Amino acid sequence: MSWLTNFSKPKISTRKKRGVSASVWAKCPACGDLIYDQDLVPNLYVCGACGHHLRWPLKERLAAWFDKGLYTEIPVPHMPDDPLQFKDRKRYKDRLKEARKATGREDAFVVASGEVGGNPCVVVALDFDFMAGSMSRAVGEAVVVAAQAAQAAKTPLLAVTASGGARMQESVFSLMQMARTTAALADLREAGVPYIVMLADPTTGGVTASFAMLGDVTLAEPGALIGFAGPRVIAQTIGGTLPEGFQRAEYLKEHGMVDAVVARGAQKTTIARLISLLG
Amino acid sequence: MHYLEFEKPLLEMTERITALRTALGKGEVGAEKDMEKEVARLTVKQARVARLLYRNLDAAQKVQVARHPGRPQGDDYISALLKDFVPLAGDRRFGEDKAILAGIGLWQGTHKVAVVATRKGKTTTQRLERNFGMPKPEGYRTAMRVFDLANRFGLPIITLVDTPGAYPGIEAEERGQAEAIAASMSKLLDVNVPVITIITGEGGSGGALALAVADEVLMLEHAVYSVISPEGCAAILWKEANKETIPQAASALKLTAQDLEKLGLIDGLIKEPVGGAHRDESLTITRVGDTVSRTLLRLKGKSSKENRRKKFLALGHG
Ligand SMILES: [Zn+2]
Repeated sequence: MSWLTNFSKPKISTRKKRGVSASVWAKCPACGDLIYDQDLVPNLYVCGACGHHLRWPLKERLAAWFDKGLYTEIPVPHMPDDPLQFKDRKRYKDRLKEARKATGREDAFVVASGEVGGNPCVVVALDFDFMAGSMSRAVGEAVVVAAQAAQAAKTPLLAVTASGGARMQESVFSLMQMARTTAALADLREAGVPYIVMLADPTTGGVTASFAMLGDVTLAEPGALIGFAGPRVIAQTIGGTLPEGFQRAEYLKEHGMVDAVVARGAQKTTIARLISLLG
Repeated sequence: MHYLEFEKPLLEMTERITALRTALGKGEVGAEKDMEKEVARLTVKQARVARLLYRNLDAAQKVQVARHPGRPQGDDYISALLKDFVPLAGDRRFGEDKAILAGIGLWQGTHKVAVVATRKGKTTTQRLERNFGMPKPEGYRTAMRVFDLANRFGLPIITLVDTPGAYPGIEAEERGQAEAIAASMSKLLDVNVPVITIITGEGGSGGALALAVADEVLMLEHAVYSVISPEGCAAILWKEANKETIPQAASALKLTAQDLEKLGLIDGLIKEPVGGAHRDESLTITRVGDTVSRTLLRLKGKSSKENRRKKFLALGHG
């Protein structure tokens, strides 16, 4: 496994063992059923009563997908913060500081390598908890780094998307990440390296309209909101109501926009199969 | 002509000039000689005021100029600059998008090119059927078909971009607006012919970028290019879009051609006539025509998909 040695030491994800006293109940946003906090992780954040897929914390997702929960983070060169000295009601620098403190991440991504079902792969995953997974220069850079690492190692690339769209505070720098990521994926495609996308809730805007929709295979999580324009903008534009299930994963599949809607329990197997068949 | 709010001094002078001319025409009694002198004086002054106003436009004013209904549009450029133009319509998948005009012809009668332009329209009927210049997936897929054709037959690609953005609607989403935009960018990174983009008015987010992944991205002097409209940005980040927050958002977004050139995110500017493109359509079109012709000569044999990918991979980096 020489491809692993270039990277830093593997991390074993730790699943917090909480005492009964510390445990709380979460409420399923779909059916209202109470879910015991301790059950969330083993149930992959799926409601046992109705099957609703809650948002899956990135750390848990990576731990569940990678064999034995083992993966290596691939470092992404730091992009200088706040290229435009942007300030709205708040300074962008302060927003970044808060997001970093809350998530412990540099920006809205993780790039990692490891094995899924014995198949080596590189994963780039967006973290919706960091400024709504919005596309900053750093996020664009992460996708580029991931694509180039996959290309260099000739191992499949897997992207997990969850994003509100552009990082407005980076304006056209954010916009250009759509073209940057597309360019990196064009190289990857020509190198014959498979690229698989898992669309998670929600994936909208510039992320959808670039690397999220360029997969060789496009998977989606049940119930995930996926679209270019947000539902509110569309409702405003047309001045009417939206169809039932509009922009949900199942709706996209019905309209030919995704290959499969894959429930959490079947994701690891599906990904492993795809990688081994295409890789 | 439609006058913008900040152009009010120009409008007032025009009204006075018109009034004086009418009075002169009617042969009204008065110091005719003085009136003629006054008309001449006002005309000179108006030109000077226009020059001054347009030299110091702020971002929000630029947005207004970029959206001016009297600016030359894709159709105007194509009918003036392309000889033997043959329009090519439809995506062969779903339909035609009237917000896109594509085709092949001879740029300034000399260079064989493929052209793709967004179209806002000038009459109400046109604006409605073209969705105010917001393309649908079939529009981007038509563009891709023409990009492919250009690539196979070695024709450079010229795109003329002036759009508020991609159309946000139910059918557009159902037919894969996001996929169409991504695929269009990808196609432009796959062709081995020169690609030149001119942002002639509004460069509205991904809907514009889908057609602007070019070797040379040039902007008209008062055009704007942004990830979101200042109205949208104000509504989200300032929680309310109003007369105060919209100009603040416009300025913060650094969306003017001058800002973007300084940031290294575009490749150059094309000067507009004094008082903006809407004051002299034919001069604007000629300047765009000449600039593109020069760029075509410069790029001849020098552009490749590898270079274009490298350019975008390095864009705004560090
Ligand atoms: Zn439930």
